[in-house]
Amino acid sequence: MDKNKKETLDLSKFKEEVLAIYPPKIAKKRGKSILLNDPDTIPEIQANVRTIPGIITQRGCTYAGCKGVVLGPTRDIINITHGPIGCGFYSWLTRRNQTRTTSDDQENFIPYTFSTDMQDSNIVFGGEEKLKAAIREAIELFNPKGIAIFSTCPVGLIGDDVHRVSRQMVEEYPDVNIFGFSCEGYRGVSQSAGHHIANNGLFKHLIGRKDDVTPTSKFRVNVLGEYNIGGDAFAIDSLFEKCGIEIVSTMSGNSTLENFETAHTADLSLVMCHRSINYVAEMLETSFGIPWTKGNFIGADATAKTMRKVGEYFGDAELSAQIEKVIAEEMIAVKAAADKATAKTTGKTTMIFVGGSRAHHYQELFSELGMTTITAGYEFGHRDDYEGRRVIPTIKIDADSRNIEEITVTQDATRFKPRKTEEELEKLKAGGLEFNNYDGLMKDMEKGTLVIDDLSHHEMEKLIELYKPDVFCAGIKEKYVVQKMGIPLKQLHNYDSGGPYAAFEGAINFYKDIEMIACSTIFKQMKAPWESEEFVTAEYVFN
Amino acid sequence: MRKIAIYGKGGIGKSTTTQNTVAGLAEMGKKVMVVGCDPKADSTRLLLHGLAQKTVLDTLRDEGEDIDLDDVMKPGFKDTSCVESGGPEPGVGCAGRGIITSINLLEQLGAYDEDKALDYVFYDVLGDVVCGGFAMPIRDGKAQEVYIVVSGEMMAMYAANNICKSISKFGKVGTVRLGGLICNSRKVDNEANMIEEFARQLGTQMIHFVPRENMVQHAEINRKTVIDHAPTHPQADEYRSLAKKINDNQMFVIPEPLEMSALEELLVGFGIMN
Repeated sequence: MDKNKKETLDLSKFKEEVLAIYPPKIAKKRGKSILLNDPDTIPEIQANVRTIPGIITQRGCTYAGCKGVVLGPTRDIINITHGPIGCGFYSWLTRRNQTRTTSDDQENFIPYTFSTDMQDSNIVFGGEEKLKAAIREAIELFNPKGIAIFSTCPVGLIGDDVHRVSRQMVEEYPDVNIFGFSCEGYRGVSQSAGHHIANNGLFKHLIGRKDDVTPTSKFRVNVLGEYNIGGDAFAIDSLFEKCGIEIVSTMSGNSTLENFETAHTADLSLVMCHRSINYVAEMLETSFGIPWTKGNFIGADATAKTMRKVGEYFGDAELSAQIEKVIAEEMIAVKAAADKATAKTTGKTTMIFVGGSRAHHYQELFSELGMTTITAGYEFGHRDDYEGRRVIPTIKIDADSRNIEEITVTQDATRFKPRKTEEELEKLKAGGLEFNNYDGLMKDMEKGTLVIDDLSHHEMEKLIELYKPDVFCAGIKEKYVVQKMGIPLKQLHNYDSGGPYAAFEGAINFYKDIEMIACSTIFKQMKAPWESEEFVTAEYVFN
Repeated sequence: MRKIAIYGKGGIGKSTTTQNTVAGLAEMGKKVMVVGCDPKADSTRLLLHGLAQKTVLDTLRDEGEDIDLDDVMKPGFKDTSCVESGGPEPGVGCAGRGIITSINLLEQLGAYDEDKALDYVFYDVLGDVVCGGFAMPIRDGKAQEVYIVVSGEMMAMYAANNICKSISKFGKVGTVRLGGLICNSRKVDNEANMIEEFARQLGTQMIHFVPRENMVQHAEINRKTVIDHAPTHPQADEYRSLAKKINDNQMFVIPEPLEMSALEELLVGFGIMN
């Protein structure tokens, strides 16, 4: 049956069945976020709108997007959560962002979590003094180069001004770069608002502050939207090193303050997670003239394709030859691992509901395993992440998006430098290289597959009940619910305890891990006793 | 024990009216506690003959959780118990949350326990009900009766109407009721008649009309209530009379707040336009 499992599934009936239980108004709203894909026409999906209360969403909050996702993975900036202790504590190391110093004198703050631990009296009397005390304490204990402050919900309600406190503390400690984020959890419809706020902050407070760099290669790139979960960025680092390309800045896995400050000296930005970092990519282009292109290191073929793009961009025969050489070397082990795994995994199905890019990228890895992604969707993606950037001008700006600061950047007067001439760019485009564009998830999904934005719990259960995928990919909130239904779940927020899954090395790891869980029989034993055993039935003596 | 909250527009004379009324009740032999719910902490000044009180929230901040009731409760005129909730300096933090914290703490400390033999608790609340914290005294189980201090001025009536919205909201799900309007005269034309009509339309009563009288100022400058400062002055009798009316009051309602247009009509009808 496995061979053509997808062919036997009738995905078209899903929408009607899943909506039946909802009240009419909610069914109408959810209906706009559930559709059958057609990669040729690309239907319009509803995304980045408020979650319906009570529906059990997968989404996180704005603070999670700003502190947890974008700034959290950095290495030598102290991230202080201004708020009650829960926000700081529960966003501590949960995404398994890894860091590694290259020498003993370098700072690494990732094992710590910093919070002002606001109490009732700080809410009543204001928490700014406690925040200042926390900053002083952090500087005395750790002497960091940078401190970022993150606002939680109560901070916004009582009006503590983290930006003013930052400015005051910079006066007190002129050598420390201290800056704040108004990323109160309630600010947007999902963590996506936090990404945007973080991007603005990166540009205002970090990027472009240091001009003198000592290049280690003439090919210098930024890898944006790569958070080094399970060591992904390390795998990418080592691949680039083999090819002789310097990564100026990875945003923000294993990053340092200096990486951010010098990011404007790179010649190309590769955008991994489009949703969380596209604002910085755009600003780097506008302000400094660095073009960006979409990259993907999830999947061996995707990795090879991305590396070839880089080679093409720099137009250096020696570089391209080196890239081909590395690809050829790496592909030997990849192919061996793939052959071993695909023998068992071919024809199986998966469902991916995670992130704002991962639900797209991981389809590559699954297709290398011969598995079909029958349904996918983002937690916090926008329409452009589904339908492609071409729809951006048609996206309606609603009150929720207006709530987030938009910063306008202009060409840097002295440091703007087009990396390529118009002609060169045109030539590269003619050769198939795309700049400043992302075509979205739907273009790469098969016709008739299901695309669902902001999946609810009920919808998830229905998907499993109707289509029984071999692997379900989501996060910790879904993991045990799904596994109790007898379906293995792979967490793509933190990789459970696995990884790296990026680049060639990561692909091999993924093949092994997925083969193990997708082909394991243990999940079929997940029946309750009364489901598999005979039990005695009785009747009342009297009626 | 009757729990009473006094609301009204800022500057209308809530604290003065409350303390003078409390003095009247105390004179009648009632045991009264006053809880000031204003960050300015001036709700018990006339009973204590000055700002002698350390607030609950300041004490909580300085002493931590280890607090005795005596630290925050001081005896005032005729053995009234005086408490100031306190709060942040203007423009900082959250005063509303402060009131919630403060009232919860008083409950924990046993300020309302039977051994205190209280006849009355008065909550003197800052201005309008602007957020959840300021509604704390009228939420379930806190104050059961509300009196609104009002005058014939439009903004005072507008504020009173808003407070009625809040009482009506909490009254439907809880035990809080409106006991009446106290008209603290501003010598507006036709004032008593207008407030009586306003009260009628809200479904309540004007429980007393307190005439404007300079003696109130004199007493305040001396940090005393009128009853304390000039016991034989006619104004002292006005407050005694208000105290007695509150003591005897039987009319407790869930008010029906007016539409803005009805409120304006009232003002026009009673001669503001004349």
